[in-house]
Amino acid sequence: MNPLERYAPLVDDPEAFRAACQRPLPSVVRVNTIKATADRVAAAFDTEGVGYEPIEWHDGLFALAERGPGTTWPYFHGWVHGQEEVSALPAVVLDPDPGDRVWDACAAPGSKTTQLSAQMGDQGLVVGNDSNLGRLSALRHNAERLGVTNLAVTNQDARNFSLKPFDFEAFDAALVDVPCSCEGTCRKNPTALEEWTIDHVRSVTGVQKSILSRAIQATKPGGTVVYSTCTFAPEENEAVVDHALQTEDCRIVPFDLPIDTVPGVTEWDGATFDSAVTETHRIYPHLNDTGGFYCAKLEVTA
Amino acid sequence: MTDERRVPEDDRLADNVGQRFDRLPATPADRTVSGRASREEVIEWWVEQYGVDPAIFEGYSFWEKGAGKVWICAEKETSQALPSPIEIEALGMTFMRTRQRHWKPTTAAVQRFGHHAKKNVLVLEGAEAAAFARGEDIPYESWDGDWGYLVVAHELAGDVEPIGVGLYLYDELRSTVPKGRQESLADL
Repeated sequence: MNPLERYAPLVDDPEAFRAACQRPLPSVVRVNTIKATADRVAAAFDTEGVGYEPIEWHDGLFALAERGPGTTWPYFHGWVHGQEEVSALPAVVLDPDPGDRVWDACAAPGSKTTQLSAQMGDQGLVVGNDSNLGRLSALRHNAERLGVTNLAVTNQDARNFSLKPFDFEAFDAALVDVPCSCEGTCRKNPTALEEWTIDHVRSVTGVQKSILSRAIQATKPGGTVVYSTCTFAPEENEAVVDHALQTEDCRIVPFDLPIDTVPGVTEWDGATFDSAVTETHRIYPHLNDTGGFYCAKLEVTA
Repeated sequence: MTDERRVPEDDRLADNVGQRFDRLPATPADRTVSGRASREEVIEWWVEQYGVDPAIFEGYSFWEKGAGKVWICAEKETSQALPSPIEIEALGMTFMRTRQRHWKPTTAAVQRFGHHAKKNVLVLEGAEAAAFARGEDIPYESWDGDWGYLVVAHELAGDVEPIGVGLYLYDELRSTVPKGRQESLADL
């Protein structure tokens, strides 16, 4: 089945939703502030004849007019990184400080990880973990090109991540951008829809719940845990957050986003969720002409 | 070549363990592992080779993993120091290659710190800069600086920007841009 039809009833304008999902997305780059400023990147694109438009809500994002970013000088120099617009949201929500210790539980290929590093001024410590050794090489490659020096890379199963290699007890914050069904990326990767199965949804939610639980446990009281996916499936979004509310010491923190979103859903397929999930954000492709996304912000309470 | 220093092996010291990160000793006198470069020697090499201000490396620590591969890690507050040794996949960024006759900075290191260089910076023009980024060697007779590993750069968006590491020998500039980083880019 086409999974988009499964979610059309959740959407205010199903026709606009379906139409947006079929339009390809522009190539977007994030300015890597470890190495360059947005002004210098813009000047280099001008010199090179690369067309671009600034993304309004973030002063370090540019939509490219034509080609992908890989064949430009700013990319070669590590001044920019190709990253879909909505994928830049979770690190903005996490908003780490320089000097923090931050865990990125599912880090590869490192777009959000390196964004966290840049937001921290390449200071403090980002621990970028991924269970897949092959994908870690992509993370390493990106981090080297972007000139990141505050990143420690680990290869553990995030569900039972151990802090043993380090000499501290807990992180100040964590980003939990889990493996998911990925229909939200269909505008870049149409196979995400073809490969979708309900069995995969059901099997992946257990992993998602376990990783989010571990992140909450590994974060200091008062610390922030951001949970994000690129799926519309409530099983992988609100249900996972609801599970964390019931089983871990945490609460949902309301937050604003600089783009249009709709509240998380409290009912789905016979299940009901804690009403606080209405303080989490769903982003459908037709709302801002982006990919699809889900984002929740939690505070660790004990 | 400008610098043939290397840290000699010393039978009285421990052997290097390649599978983990070990913090570099502060000075040669603090050396406990045979052949391991010290922080002082690594920074001195950059000062001598490129004329950088040694203060640019305050706030960074240096580590060895593998045989002679030195990594640089942002580590400002001593209260948050990482334990050594530490067994993880990566720590910071690869910085230079030691335990060989001629030490060599990485492309990543020169792209990140090369703009601090005051000497041994070779600035290429449009077509040559593009050829260098593609990994091509360039005939170059007019260089009157040192032989060895240079910061190769070009002008972009109002300033000189390092492209990578070039090995200058016998009127030729060899590109050491790694295959995975080579790119066909516009002649600016």
